[in-house]
Amino acid sequence: MSASRLPRVAGLLALVLIACALPFVMSNFRLFQFSQVYIYAIAILGLNMLTGYNGQFSLGHGAFYAIGAYVSAIMMDRWNIGYGWTIPVAGVLCLIVGFLFGLPALRLEGLYLALATFSLALAVPQILKYFEHWTGGSQGIVLSKPNAPFGLKLNPDQWLYYLTLGILILLFWLGANLLKGRIGRAIVAIRDNHIAAEAMGINTALYKSLVFGVSAAYTGVAGALSASVIAYVAPDSFNVFLSVTLLIGSVIGGLASISGAVFGALFIQFVPNWAQDISKAAPWAIFGVFLIGFMYLMPFGIAGGIRLLWIRATRSRVQQEGRSAVPTQAHTTT
Amino acid sequence: MRRTRQLLAIVLALGMAALATVPAGAQTVVGVTATEIKIGNTNPYSGPASAYGTIGKVIGAYFKKVNDEGGVNGRKINYISYDDSYSPPKTVEMVRKLVEQDQVAALFQTLGTPPNSAIHKYMNQQKVPHLFVATGATKWNDPQNFPWTMGYQPNYQTEGRVYASHVLKNHPNAKIGILYQNDDYGKDYLKGFEDGLGEANKKMIVMRQSYEVTDPTIDSQIVNLKNSGANVFFNITIPKFAVQAIKKAHDIGWKPVHYLNNVSSSLATVLKPAGLEASKDLITALYMKEVTDPQWRNDKGFTDWVAFMKKYYPEGALDDQSNAFGYNVAILMTQVLKQCGNDLSRENIMKQAANLKNFELPLLLPGIKVNTSPTDHAPIEQEQLARFNGEKWDLFGELFEAFRKN
Amino acid sequence: MDIFVQQVVSGLATGGIYASLALALVMIYQATDVVNFAQGELAMFATYICWTFLNAGFPYWVAFLSTLAIAFVGGVVIERVLIRPVENAPILTIVMVTLGLLVICNSVAGWIWTYVQKPFPSPFPERPFKAGNIVLGAHDLGEIQVTLLVLLCIYLFFRFTPLGLAMRAAAHNPVSSRLVGIRVGWMLALGWGLAAVFGAVAGMMVAPVLTLEPNLMGGVQIYAFAAATLGGFTSPGGAVLGGFIVGVVENLVGTYVHFIGTELKFTVALAMIIVVLLVRPAGLFGSTVVKRV
Repeated sequence: MSASRLPRVAGLLALVLIACALPFVMSNFRLFQFSQVYIYAIAILGLNMLTGYNGQFSLGHGAFYAIGAYVSAIMMDRWNIGYGWTIPVAGVLCLIVGFLFGLPALRLEGLYLALATFSLALAVPQILKYFEHWTGGSQGIVLSKPNAPFGLKLNPDQWLYYLTLGILILLFWLGANLLKGRIGRAIVAIRDNHIAAEAMGINTALYKSLVFGVSAAYTGVAGALSASVIAYVAPDSFNVFLSVTLLIGSVIGGLASISGAVFGALFIQFVPNWAQDISKAAPWAIFGVFLIGFMYLMPFGIAGGIRLLWIRATRSRVQQEGRSAVPTQAHTTT
Repeated sequence: MRRTRQLLAIVLALGMAALATVPAGAQTVVGVTATEIKIGNTNPYSGPASAYGTIGKVIGAYFKKVNDEGGVNGRKINYISYDDSYSPPKTVEMVRKLVEQDQVAALFQTLGTPPNSAIHKYMNQQKVPHLFVATGATKWNDPQNFPWTMGYQPNYQTEGRVYASHVLKNHPNAKIGILYQNDDYGKDYLKGFEDGLGEANKKMIVMRQSYEVTDPTIDSQIVNLKNSGANVFFNITIPKFAVQAIKKAHDIGWKPVHYLNNVSSSLATVLKPAGLEASKDLITALYMKEVTDPQWRNDKGFTDWVAFMKKYYPEGALDDQSNAFGYNVAILMTQVLKQCGNDLSRENIMKQAANLKNFELPLLLPGIKVNTSPTDHAPIEQEQLARFNGEKWDLFGELFEAFRKN
Repeated sequence: MDIFVQQVVSGLATGGIYASLALALVMIYQATDVVNFAQGELAMFATYICWTFLNAGFPYWVAFLSTLAIAFVGGVVIERVLIRPVENAPILTIVMVTLGLLVICNSVAGWIWTYVQKPFPSPFPERPFKAGNIVLGAHDLGEIQVTLLVLLCIYLFFRFTPLGLAMRAAAHNPVSSRLVGIRVGWMLALGWGLAAVFGAVAGMMVAPVLTLEPNLMGGVQIYAFAAATLGGFTSPGGAVLGGFIVGVVENLVGTYVHFIGTELKFTVALAMIIVVLLVRPAGLFGSTVVKRV
């Protein structure tokens, strides 16, 4: 390990250790909230891969979240399959659905792709209600929270916290390896200059569809986890606002950034609550102000902002960014 | 060196945050001190169902009135209400906050069927009173399996049955068309109506049309319903769409026997905008005094309510039935607390909530009373049919008593 | 046959609602390359301002025109104050700002005017038009006419006026436009101002049908996006046509395709749009931008 990477790795390890220690000092309610944060972070990382690293706009990731949640819920409720098995199944199913959606999406550019995915998100509640026999319709499906396995002395909240944290770490590690290697560079190359990438021999069609699939898989896994953490699924939980919220988390956190997913998740989980504490009368107005304020201060998201501060602090070369679709930040992420 | 200090700072910050969330100290009775009672609530103050947010506000205003007049048995009511935007995951989070962090004595009037479904099991596992939930679904009256949960309003299925039995009695050869909102509320009404007709008579229904809350108009559905030849129309719509339905039916010259669900029975917000002429002969089932109906102008319950609104909730609309609804149920909650006397433990709050006998609320129709028992967690089960005569709702017939299955 | 014609007519009426807001969306996109997610909420806010005037006793057309003036100024101010700081930021950042504007508008409107629905008057007569068995509300017809009138104004403005030409130039090629002396910043602001005016018109046409409440435009904006996507974001005429098509197809599917019925008709409309996009990726009438490599 090179000298410059050691402190970074040590820092990450320290954060992981702190995260693992939290269940011994935090109330169940806070653990529940942090489990939600980890779930959102996984979903947002999926979205980041697609929109940040690969430049394909998606306003419809709530659909994959819903698919993951319902797959998990139906498997648990109808077929009595353990929650553990539902998570990879949800992931694989969303991988396939995402890939299949990504294929025709190849033809669509920027705005139109965003609106096509938006349509997907809009259709989800209606479809869920229509297949009432499977999904429980508007009534939804009530589930039970799992108990800790192997007789571990953990209550369900603590166990779910560790489960979501563990899956987060695993998926983030996998994602980092993917995005920092050859595939990652190919994906970013496609975003930055589609035609040049094609000319260099990258199979852009295959890569773009694959990224769609992987991105959907991540978000689907997050959805499956949420079915266990909330212990209830209903069409009202998966309306278009969910997709918008995930996108907000993604941009606020920092689009082409892995750590940005965590920052974004923290933002969408806690800022609405703070806004409510500040103003009972118009809490979402306060949220809107926060949103706009963050974008003024950090147009490249929190991760981008931290990076800029770091660069200024170490006086590196500051890149000039024009008005491009997404920032070119692929090289700096943690 | 700098990095280590940074890490130390992070650890300290997290530690402080964690400590800040540990509750101060256990109390002997949860949510109760010598001077206050904590009552929790979630309401959709934002999002698609935000029109109902006023219920949460009018309840707060009523509790303020109670506190100004000395509180309940010497204690002030500390009413904590959070916004859940009608999103079940948010409801779960806010309710857990109320129960685990704010340590409320009881939850009351949490609004919406999906939000309440999400917290149903939790409230009973935690043994926290889950009272007078603001939804018309049937499943809250199940004291055997969910002893801590209690409904409030006459449920939608009951109302559907009421209309069905009226149709069977008065229009036995009718062709029925139904317009319903495609969610739990609409489907509940539909089920009650169909169950009320019975298997044999279900074929009287010639067409069902649904709509989504996000649909701009329902004109096309009305056209289809007229075209089906239906001469009886069961209209399951919220006020926004009820106006359209009544107006469009009138415009295209369709004059069926028109049953309108209770949710949209307001004169000011539905019947007047739709047209008083067009609204003639509409039938609905009521359990409350409709606050824009001129027949209650001099009724004491009504005038008391207006005085209350003017003093404690002046920004609330005087033509919004939700404000009357919230007022009524806040009075009921106060009565439960009064009945508890000095024992405000969660067990006793639940016991007293299941011990309401013939209690009258000022804005319920004359003759309708609140009754609960350990086996009956449905406080209001009576309704009365009314027909709109162009000026007001003419109550007719007898009070329907709901009958419970199982 | 009657029912078919009636559903088509009703579909055109509903489609007119979608088209009117779609015009505002396309307007901003053409002038500034930004999709304004807050367009519907701004339209709703303007409608509430009109309602306030009407409540204070002003006659309808005075209130209507004053609202348009206020909407124009509001649009310009929002662009100069809110959007300008992030003008050169990545496009998603600008989208975030419009989303922030959306929630602020919705929340503040609910706070000022409460969430109780309020009836809003229509300038058109009450009695519906009847042709045989077909019924068309007078307001619906009037609204379609207003939408087409607005479309005509947009067309004439952009095609035949110097200002319109300047705006188009500023949107297509800001650098060259500046060289020719066009104040690009103010052209963008003007674009927002005009879009706000069209949005206000849409809101005031829609409110009598849907009743005025803070969530008035939520559903409509979704349909407006669908309409503009179908027709092409670069074509105002296409957006209007897209609105009509969506309205009519939805109604016909709901009526005639029985296994879908009304429970999935919106989904079908969306699926239809996606299918169209696969064949024509920039919408029916949109123009694809050819980039030089």
